[in-house]
Amino acid sequence: MRALDYVRPSTPEEAVAAVAGDEDAMFLAGGSNLVDHLKLGVARPGRLVDVSRLPLDEVATHDTDRGTVLRVGATVRNADLAAHPVVRSRLPGLSRALLAGASGQIRQQASTAGNLLQRTRCVYFQDVTTPCNKREPGSGCSALEGYGRYNAVLGASEHCVATHPSDMAVAMAALDTSVVVLGPDGERRMPSTDLHRLPGDEPQRDTTLAHGELVTGVEIPLTDLAAVSTYRKVRDRASYAFALVSVAAAVRTAGGVVEDVRLAWGGVAHAPWRARRAEEALRCGPVDEQAVAAAVDAELAEAETSEATTYKVPMLRGATVETLLALVEGEDA
Amino acid sequence: MTDTVEQVPVPLDVRSVGTRLARVDGPEKVTGRARYAVEHRDEEGLGDPLSLWLVQSTVAKGEVEAVDASAALAHDGVLRVLDHTSAPRLEDTEDGELAVLQDARVHFRGQIVAVVVAETSEAAREGAALVEVSYRAEPHAAAFTVEGATYRPDSVNPAFETDSDDGDVDAALAGSAVVVDASYGTPYEHNNPMEPHATIARWHEGDDDGVVLRLVDSTQGVHGVASTIAPMVGLGKDQVHVTAPYVGGGFGSKGLPHANVVVAALAARETSPRPVSLAVTRQQMFALTGYRTATVSRMRLGADRDGRLTAIEHRAYAQSAAVKEFAEQTAVGTRSLYAAANRRTSHRLAVLDVAVPSWMRAPGEMPGIFAHEVAMDELAVACGVDPVELRVRNIPERDPETGKPFSDHRLVECLREGAERFGWADRPAQAGATLDGEWRVGTGMAVSTYPGYRMPGNEARVTALDGGRFEVAIGCVDIGTGARTVLTQIAADALGVDPAAVVLRVADSSLPPASVAGGSSGTASWGSAVSAAAQAFLHEHGRTPDPGASLTASAADDPLNGDHVFHSHGAVFAEVRVHRRTGEIRVPRLFGMYSVGRVMNPTTARSQLVGGLVMGLSSALHEESVRDPRFGHVVTQDLATYHVASHADVLDVDADWLEGSDEEFTPMGARGIGEIGIVGTAAAVINAAYHATGVRVRDLPVTADRFLGEG
Ligand SMILES: Cc1cc2nc3c(=O)[nH]c(=O)nc-3n(C[C@H](O)[C@H](O)[C@H](O)COP(=O)(O)OP(=O)(O)OC[C@H]3O[C@@H](n4cnc5c(N)ncnc54)[C@H](O)[C@@H]3O)c2cc1C
Ligand code: SF4
Repeated sequence: MRALDYVRPSTPEEAVAAVAGDEDAMFLAGGSNLVDHLKLGVARPGRLVDVSRLPLDEVATHDTDRGTVLRVGATVRNADLAAHPVVRSRLPGLSRALLAGASGQIRQQASTAGNLLQRTRCVYFQDVTTPCNKREPGSGCSALEGYGRYNAVLGASEHCVATHPSDMAVAMAALDTSVVVLGPDGERRMPSTDLHRLPGDEPQRDTTLAHGELVTGVEIPLTDLAAVSTYRKVRDRASYAFALVSVAAAVRTAGGVVEDVRLAWGGVAHAPWRARRAEEALRCGPVDEQAVAAAVDAELAEAETSEATTYKVPMLRGATVETLLALVEGEDA
Repeated sequence: MTDTVEQVPVPLDVRSVGTRLARVDGPEKVTGRARYAVEHRDEEGLGDPLSLWLVQSTVAKGEVEAVDASAALAHDGVLRVLDHTSAPRLEDTEDGELAVLQDARVHFRGQIVAVVVAETSEAAREGAALVEVSYRAEPHAAAFTVEGATYRPDSVNPAFETDSDDGDVDAALAGSAVVVDASYGTPYEHNNPMEPHATIARWHEGDDDGVVLRLVDSTQGVHGVASTIAPMVGLGKDQVHVTAPYVGGGFGSKGLPHANVVVAALAARETSPRPVSLAVTRQQMFALTGYRTATVSRMRLGADRDGRLTAIEHRAYAQSAAVKEFAEQTAVGTRSLYAAANRRTSHRLAVLDVAVPSWMRAPGEMPGIFAHEVAMDELAVACGVDPVELRVRNIPERDPETGKPFSDHRLVECLREGAERFGWADRPAQAGATLDGEWRVGTGMAVSTYPGYRMPGNEARVTALDGGRFEVAIGCVDIGTGARTVLTQIAADALGVDPAAVVLRVADSSLPPASVAGGSSGTASWGSAVSAAAQAFLHEHGRTPDPGASLTASAADDPLNGDHVFHSHGAVFAEVRVHRRTGEIRVPRLFGMYSVGRVMNPTTARSQLVGGLVMGLSSALHEESVRDPRFGHVVTQDLATYHVASHADVLDVDADWLEGSDEEFTPMGARGIGEIGIVGTAAAVINAAYHATGVRVRDLPVTADRFLGEG
């Protein structure tokens, strides 16, 4: 047995101190990703700092200068968040995204922060007998010319073509979510779309967090637009599979043209992909088959596909068209 | 030991057979009292085993240069590390898969190159991570292509002719009004039973005759394990005592012992008399415990305008492992399915530096009938004949292969009855004709077939107990199919008593010999022996025997060398929906209608047939082991990346059967039902997907991207 330290701090500050001061320490939440990595030898921390019992388990509305937001603590379980009445009524896209993820058992275990910070499911990343730049910088990327069904088509680099696997994070990207982070020097906030980074030449870094920074929660604006959001996941079986592609969306039209729209994609990049170009293309125009397809194509102008991933382009187009058309139809209802 | 009576069994007077006797081991299982292999520690001597962990090669071909175990041995709890220099020698190294830790050669990536022995499984696992193995790697070949499949095996699994050729196929094709000529592919698939392979082994001095190797193994055949392992470790078969009280599925992957069992035996010899426990992990199963080879079937069908076949050609290509040959009998099912004057089949292999393929539920039939039945659908389209009608037109009078009549050929009834129940008649002839919201809807069908197998070498023992009860003993294994229940019913009817009066003993190699739980042959083979033994016992000892009276018998009839051939048949119908924008596929309805002889127990039978349909559905839509030829191993090596059907994929799935009995085959009238449910199912799904979309997919699995076209 490999001995490792396990500590269970009682405050977020203690947790931060315990990790920030120890290069070999890692936060542990539900463990549904990290414990697998311990077994596989993908992560070999010397110390686990268990944050799952920190008092960060509240879901509550707050009035802020950005309007009313829903604050979700880092340790709130995916299952609880999906079932929360405010999430179900005001953020249906988030609820659907959560329920589209993993299985009932795993959602009971998985935390909000752990879900955001789960690592890629790239098969080579999880197999320590193969080269992987993310796991072992400089060793090479096995996925580039290997099994590529889940590879990225946007924002990848020659060093890494992995995708971020979370469903929840895609909905959060569409919903202008902020992430609240506690570090040794205090608290900071950032848009969730700034949390995950593209691989560039440092694929070992998934996020912009510094070692020891603790995600304490997220804040999601409770807007009218968010209240009509939805989530559509396309996968290789009807349940319990990661997204081939997914779409988080919300749209409001007036007089047949788009007043406001949010669009984010999963399964396409190293980070949840907020499709701002497509949003821009859609604004002030109609929502019909052609307009949506053109907007998708505008966003995908720089997509790079391989033989294994060409399917993602028509699949994204199809899923996005279906989702936006259904949302607009729902408006009339 | 008493002599074995050779008894020709007579047909049973059925009373319990055919009824829904509840699973006799149900309470044990649902209360969690049933113990599986490595949980079996309550037996004297098996408590407190040492843990083993396997170290696997990270090159696909070459030589182990050195195994540096120093870091592992320095680790707390690690006791020793065995490698090819330190493991005990085997006396028989004929079988390349099983001859592990005997020399430095590496034959495939993932091969066992060392084993760590430790006080706990955690220590063993960490020890395995700390073992440093260096290799002299050699270039390897791990990509299967048809062009590379040039090797002609001497025979195909288990002992069929490699090739067959009747009439003049080329001339017939040249003269045919309609020809279908296409290739069909199936991917690598892994059996993935719920319980991974696992063994407890103890090597110790027995009470009387010397050394005993005691194994509790998760296997489909305890006698097969004993007779395979014994000569390898220099023991007599009787010195190897194997039990398999409960087994969490096998699907063929536990039909023969794999290298993990040999490793457990070797390690136990070193730690004697302390037992060892070896639980193979899910990931390790992808390299060590068998799988279905990928196949390509090149089909050429020639027919007249009405769809009557004039020529059938099935050229099958697959791969095998350099270290041990396994030749999937992909085209063998084709030899007996349809009538045509001109017929040719062949099998060729690519021999690669890869893990050893083996049996997986319906080896041969599953990939081969898939190909044939998709080709038949293409023929139906080409001729403009209804697919059900096309099959009916081509049903043979006699077995085309042997010329003998079938014992009980009721495929037409399966087709007609199945079509009726499924509502086939309402189907539009045209593909791509039905759109329901965003979903294209279609239906498809395929034929299923599986031969009746009965294995030699089965004996059963009947012993009178007090109170009018009987012990019935046979060394077969119930791998979860319900064999315990069904054999209890057969024994009860053969003895003319209530099932409650039967005390059945199985799963122990000290009981009379029994064949493997495979080839859908269990009920037929074991049940015939049990019937024979019971009938011989009654003959010898009467209906009110003295307690202690005992008799062992085998069934002396030999239907497979008689006047008939034995095949089960079925017709599978599927409804498929394909999303017109995303390509997602759903199978809202799947129905199979079968003719399998007499059904012994409707509850356990239904679970076999529906289970086969579900596994067929899973192979149609999901299952694929992706091998990365650069490395030589399967990279989708867990159940998050190797998809099997989830509950949400399994919608309305049902099976039924024709009432009947094949008493020429077995005294119970049963033929066997373990595998037929998977055969043809994927073809029905693919054919329905074609009917929904007009897109013809010829390779499994059919996934969403197939329906999306280019960017
Ligand atoms: C078989 C399977 C299928 C799955 N399918 C899906 C799916 O379809 N969709 C989907 O979205 N997800 C899926 N998941 C992933 C699942 O959602 C994640 O494992 C889960 O959300 C992780 O949460 P956790 O609390 O268990 O995190 P942990 O495993 O505890 O931690 C994950 C990472 O986050 C870090 N971390 C945790 N909390 C904090 C914090 N507060 N601050 C900073 N760092 C922190 C940890 O150090 C670790 O690196 C699946 C998982 C499995 C095993
Ligand atoms: S894609 Fe990224 S995670 Fe996957 S092998 Fe390449 S570097 Fe590693």
